[in-house]
Amino acid sequence: MSSATTTRGWDEFMEGIWKQNPVFVMVLGMCPTLAVTVSAINAISMGIATTFVLIASCGLVSLMRRIVPKEVRIATYIVIIATFVTAVDYFIQAISLALYDALGAFIQLIVVNCIILGRAEAHASKTPPLPAMVNAAGMGAGFTIGLLALGVVREILGNGTLFGLSLFGAGFQPWVIMVLPPGGFFVLGTWLLFFAWRARRKQSAEVTQHA
Amino acid sequence: MHETAFQIFVNALLANNFVLAMFLGLCPFLGVSGKLNTAFPMGVATTFVMIVASLCAYGLNLLLSSFGLEYLRLISYIVIIASAVQLVEMVMKKYSPALFRALGIYLPLITTNCAVLGVALFQTAREYDFVQSITFAVGGGLGFTLALVLMASVRERLQLSNVVTLAQGTALSLMLAGILSLSFMGFAGLGG
Repeated sequence: MSSATTTRGWDEFMEGIWKQNPVFVMVLGMCPTLAVTVSAINAISMGIATTFVLIASCGLVSLMRRIVPKEVRIATYIVIIATFVTAVDYFIQAISLALYDALGAFIQLIVVNCIILGRAEAHASKTPPLPAMVNAAGMGAGFTIGLLALGVVREILGNGTLFGLSLFGAGFQPWVIMVLPPGGFFVLGTWLLFFAWRARRKQSAEVTQHA
Repeated sequence: MHETAFQIFVNALLANNFVLAMFLGLCPFLGVSGKLNTAFPMGVATTFVMIVASLCAYGLNLLLSSFGLEYLRLISYIVIIASAVQLVEMVMKKYSPALFRALGIYLPLITTNCAVLGVALFQTAREYDFVQSITFAVGGGLGFTLALVLMASVRERLQLSNVVTLAQGTALSLMLAGILSLSFMGFAGLGG
């Protein structure tokens, strides 16, 4: 029994990281994904902030799932999310002003990140608190990984650095376009192409195996 | 920071286009840009919500600041936007049911459109006065509509062309958005 529940919990967690990855599979929460991923450190901070809001609000939504009337549920979720985002906003401002300036309005814009509202509506409102929070943690981790995948590529190509450390020495000519807005679209597009190619290859491998 | 209203308008419309340069409102941008005749109404609806939200946010900010309640800003902005969207939804359902059905889920999702909340947050952060706020909202909304219409037009053409199956769908849209964004960078510096 206990092993069965652990596997289920693990599945809940892994769903967000791989099968339903919010960035690469569901293509949700694009705005912060593209806007803040000019460097790896920004990507990680944004990912962590979003994960915190995701876990906290999914937990609370799940606790309140029986008392919130159906008609006003979306409004309730939004207010819950906005509360946690305000807390995160002040917290980041308190610990690192530089980071706060780098992320800019996008911390507050976590409120309108579709991933969070989507999870609250599609999952947390129907599940007990613990699995809901585990699932939210998985989603958050998946989102952070997605952000990191973009941030690392963009920082290396566009700046020649990784986490602020120079990689190639002084002779490196940075590919500036990668840290500018178009680069975000291009890098994410390329990642999606890569995953589509992988899925296709796996599929054709299965077909040949069966034949 | 003394920008004239005209500069703010041009900046929000072209040089700092909400979608293509600031990455705001990407969900509807990728979601409803498949067809031109849904893209345009969506843009207009969003612009309308933006203007209403900007007006309300301006008044609300004055009110909250006078009571020293700035920490309630985010929560009250989002509630205002949600009500404005509800209003648009009701009007549209009454006067154009066909359009209401065509926009489907994306209509209530204007609430979670970062571009709308973005207008409210940026005008507060940049301390725009009343006229500046309104021009910012109008420019931003028109810029959003422009990006949506451009994208929809290109995507309609692409449906007729022969695309590698691997690249179909979101990957192609993103590449397209990248190229559009690249061309919008040519407007940089226009707003002074």
